[in-house]
Amino acid sequence: MKLTGDEVKHIAKLARLRLTDEEVAKFGEQLSGILSNARMLEEVDTSNVEPIAQITGLRNVTFTDEVQPCDLADKLLEQSPMPLQDHMIKVKNVF
Amino acid sequence: MIDLSIAQTKQGLKDKKFSAVELTQAYLDRIAATDEKLHSYITVTGDLALKKAKEIDKKGDYSGLLEGIPMNLKDVVCTAGIKTTACSKILENFVPPYNAHMYDRLLAAGSILLGKTNTDEFTMGSSSENSYFGVTHNPWNLEYVSGGSSGGPAASVSADQCAFSIGTDTGGSIRQPASLCGTVGLKVTYGRVPRHGCISYASSFDTIGPFTKTVEDAALVLQAIAGRSEKDATTPDMSVPDYSGFLKEDLKGVTLGVPKEYFAEGVEKEVSDSILEAIEVMKKLGAKIIEVSLPLTKYAIPTYYILVKSEGSTNMARYDGIKYGHTTDAAKELQEIYMKSRSEGFGDEVKRTIMLGTYALSAGYYDAFYLKAAKVRALMKKEFEEVFEKCDALITPTSPTPAFKIGEKTDDPLAMYMCDVLTTPINLAGICGMSVPAGFSSKGLPIGLQIIANQFKEDNLFHVGHAFEQATEWHKKKPALI
Repeated sequence: MKLTGDEVKHIAKLARLRLTDEEVAKFGEQLSGILSNARMLEEVDTSNVEPIAQITGLRNVTFTDEVQPCDLADKLLEQSPMPLQDHMIKVKNVF
Repeated sequence: MIDLSIAQTKQGLKDKKFSAVELTQAYLDRIAATDEKLHSYITVTGDLALKKAKEIDKKGDYSGLLEGIPMNLKDVVCTAGIKTTACSKILENFVPPYNAHMYDRLLAAGSILLGKTNTDEFTMGSSSENSYFGVTHNPWNLEYVSGGSSGGPAASVSADQCAFSIGTDTGGSIRQPASLCGTVGLKVTYGRVPRHGCISYASSFDTIGPFTKTVEDAALVLQAIAGRSEKDATTPDMSVPDYSGFLKEDLKGVTLGVPKEYFAEGVEKEVSDSILEAIEVMKKLGAKIIEVSLPLTKYAIPTYYILVKSEGSTNMARYDGIKYGHTTDAAKELQEIYMKSRSEGFGDEVKRTIMLGTYALSAGYYDAFYLKAAKVRALMKKEFEEVFEKCDALITPTSPTPAFKIGEKTDDPLAMYMCDVLTTPINLAGICGMSVPAGFSSKGLPIGLQIIANQFKEDNLFHVGHAFEQATEWHKKKPALI
């Protein structure tokens, strides 16, 4: 299983990463090796097996819907490296 | 006094043999004298620690569960007003506005924060070499890795730079460095300790637990941090037992399983010999030993990295150069901010994680990779459940090898992943495990024994671990650092 340079670039784009040509070559090789190794999972018979994501079996955890004090809003906004305006983060143009 | 266990330190404080200030100062001196060589600490909070110690001495009753005990936190645990970097460039200057809930519990118990310790970037790694701030050296031999990702916590406990440390374990990140540095390291059941305020890697795998000098200490720290929290919906509403009640000296009536797959090819003979010797000790303590089989073990590594890298890539999506953390200064429009900030801010292993996860979750490959692995995970959980019908705990090596040399595996990510071959199955099944010192290699590097128990059976780990520790001397050995 060998990823082409174009495939690596496509994945990087989906993942919002910009790679140098050297990184494309290096990661392409490394990811191909890792994915080939993962192919061994095909040996395991998983017919009629439900996939698992919540390992201790918890379902639909709910809490009482009541207002709790939270004074973090300003502190969280201050974390942004972007300028603030009217209690919002001002980002660059989309296009 | 810095080489005492938590239990001994508590007694010393109560008996006024030393004050919390003297104790804290002794640890700070130790850090100052050794950390240039080891590089366990990313941030040292000396002034804050001494201030807290003074308050505790003034109060003077040392009654809290961990009152006056100096400790550190792996640098992925959020500490309000104190830098929390995840050892990544992207969070190099990040100062969280709130505490992790688990840290609040440690503060309520009276412990004193000495600082924040090193990890592979975002906990992705097995050697701490992926830290943006550089590797943590093994206290037993500075040319060797301390393991990872919690290399800083492990080395700091081993070298008496703290009384205990808190790390995280997603696939072995507490147990493997504990094994490589010769400390006790506890990976709790998924959900036993709230993850609120702890920077995420893989949300259905991540757990938080202590590094300590004795098994009794691990039980003490867990007592302080375990239990349901409304801030983490994955913590079940289950009572926390009094763990100290399980620290027994013998193993009568205990059945221990030895899974043959954990002694297979790839496990160094020195390591398996030490564990087999440990099993003989347990037999003498009264344990019944049975051989068991976990045939899916060989699929653990690919199952693990497909799922963990998928969850990891999703978690890393929040680092966008906008909300917090590093942002590029060379972007004109929004897409460019994402692309450049992330490419500048993340190291290689994080980039590999993001790309591998993105690939495994993408439309054409989701069934073949992510879904397939999630099904194998279900089978592995079932396999463990069946084995725990026959025994109370499993005994295995923690790491297939003792510590390896710095730089030895950095160019081969797959070889690095294989370091976790004996620890990832435990995270896949959501069960608990603990590494306990069990010997030394011919090069003088520590070897760790892994005890594994079913979900929420940490009491079994403490029982077996404590009895073994009391019957052996391994945990008393200290690295000759200075």
